[in-house]
Amino acid sequence: MQALIFYVCAVAVITGALGVVLARNPVHSALFLLMTLVSVAVLFVQLDAGLVAAIQVVVYASAIVVLFVFVITLLGVDKHESFDEPSLFQRPVAIVLGVLVFAQVIFLAGHYWATGAHSTRGKLSGPRTGNVETLARSLFTDFVWAFEITAVLLVIAVVGGVALARRSGQRPGPNELKAREVKGSGS
Amino acid sequence: MIAVATLTPGYYLTLAAALFTIGAVGLLVRRNTLVMFMCIELMLNAANLTFVAFAKALNDISGQVIVFFTLGVAAAEVAVGLAIIVAIFRRRQDVTADDLHVLEG
Repeated sequence: MQALIFYVCAVAVITGALGVVLARNPVHSALFLLMTLVSVAVLFVQLDAGLVAAIQVVVYASAIVVLFVFVITLLGVDKHESFDEPSLFQRPVAIVLGVLVFAQVIFLAGHYWATGAHSTRGKLSGPRTGNVETLARSLFTDFVWAFEITAVLLVIAVVGGVALARRSGQRPGPNELKAREVKGSGS
Repeated sequence: MIAVATLTPGYYLTLAAALFTIGAVGLLVRRNTLVMFMCIELMLNAANLTFVAFAKALNDISGQVIVFFTLGVAAAEVAVGLAIIVAIFRRRQDVTADDLHVLEG
């Protein structure tokens, strides 16, 4: 049963990933991305990572994919993206590089070099503590410094996003000039 | 019955490697910046899957904690990246990567 779930999810993950790369319409890419993310969340559940799976669905599959779709609707679907490469070598070289990377990682994964002590930061779940409690205990004791730095990073990202999206104080681009002309002629 | 009895971590690592490779090739092949961003998300997910697989293999919680931080970084990266894409689009009407080879205002 476990193996069956794994194979079904693996097929869904690979199909979704190929769909992201091959779909011509960015909206279809976003939906394929959603399929991959949810399948990876199922694999997380299988690997005893319930809380991470839940956060994967909440943060990735809802927040980030919705943000992508929102930006696609804002910009409009770029229909004229041509698949003809301006450079002749780029696509073959990319595929050869990809095969090389895959072979290297498979070589390493085949040897499975997971050496070292087990459970140095605590087991996945104790006899009476669930996954959430174990994870939170580790997060707020061993990793509390990294946690604070992540908070700072998120604040910086929010401020940076607002500063980039702000309109005033920057030279208007051609789009805005056009929009202003339309607005001016309408009033 | 194709199903094998035991799932070793190697299965998950192989799947993560395939996912990472597809993301990397997609990042190099595609020209739409939004789709390139999605390929970066694929690669981050492959790394997350590797972390969780090793957390299970070593029975160690720190792998899952690191996935937390990866998620935080991914959220910040997407927010800033999409803001940059919107800012570029406002100026140039196009978000194809080939048109952005000139670093001018």
